[in-house]
Amino acid sequence: MDIFFYIAASIAIISTIMAISGRNAIHSLMFLILSLLAISVVFYLLDAPFVAALEVIIYAGAIMVLFIFVTMMLNIGLEKKQEKRWLHSRMWILPSILAIILFIDLILALRNLPPVALSKQVILPKQVGISLFTTYLPAVEIAAILLMAGVIGAYHLGSQKKKVLHRFLEKK
Amino acid sequence: MLTVPIDTQILFAGILFFLGLIGLLVRRNLVFMLMAIEIMFNSAGLVFIIAARHWNQPDGQVMFIFILAVTAVEVAIGLALILQVYHHFKTLDVDAINNLKDDR
Repeated sequence: MDIFFYIAASIAIISTIMAISGRNAIHSLMFLILSLLAISVVFYLLDAPFVAALEVIIYAGAIMVLFIFVTMMLNIGLEKKQEKRWLHSRMWILPSILAIILFIDLILALRNLPPVALSKQVILPKQVGISLFTTYLPAVEIAAILLMAGVIGAYHLGSQKKKVLHRFLEKK
Repeated sequence: MLTVPIDTQILFAGILFFLGLIGLLVRRNLVFMLMAIEIMFNSAGLVFIIAARHWNQPDGQVMFIFILAVTAVEVAIGLALILQVYHHFKTLDVDAINNLKDDR
């Protein structure tokens, strides 16, 4: 069973190297998403299916979408040229191959490993939830305050300043 | 059952962490630096999951959820700051942002 771990781990490492060494931010983000998916497979193999699902939903789903939105916002106007460049095969061939290997790895691991509920070592979401809302309840409240501060801070930083000058008076 | 020794698992997390650290130190683009910080956060969470499996306790996964919350806040604030920096300086190069530097 170990081979699945090694395959997923090497895909994670390769795609992380590609992510930090890329020139184009969007391509790096695609490699980073692949790296997060590979780490999520590792989480599943490490008997943490709940965390694997959270990794896909929150990291690869929500946080990376934020990144991609901001990256797209920062170079508005280049879309047409960029779209042409994305269709170039050497841009998507390596991530596609790595993603397909990861998918095959996951399928084989799912077929060969025993079902999650049967193996003894697995920590189920129920245990995590009970621990989260009894032992760690103060920490949950602090995390809620932190999230609130994050929302207010992001709103404040993201809001545009009102223009003082009339638009005919401002310098071009 | 997975029988990979825990040393190897920790080594994997360590490699990811140092890749993130190298990315943070080498790249000068703000978006890439934030991505490198993401990688480091993620590998720290990976160590928590490995430890949770080793000791067979749910506490490690609880800590991973907290790391997830902190990361979400950090990314939201960081990207808002990046947008502001881009509006002010018209560039994402960290070396160009030196208004607080001493005049010698």
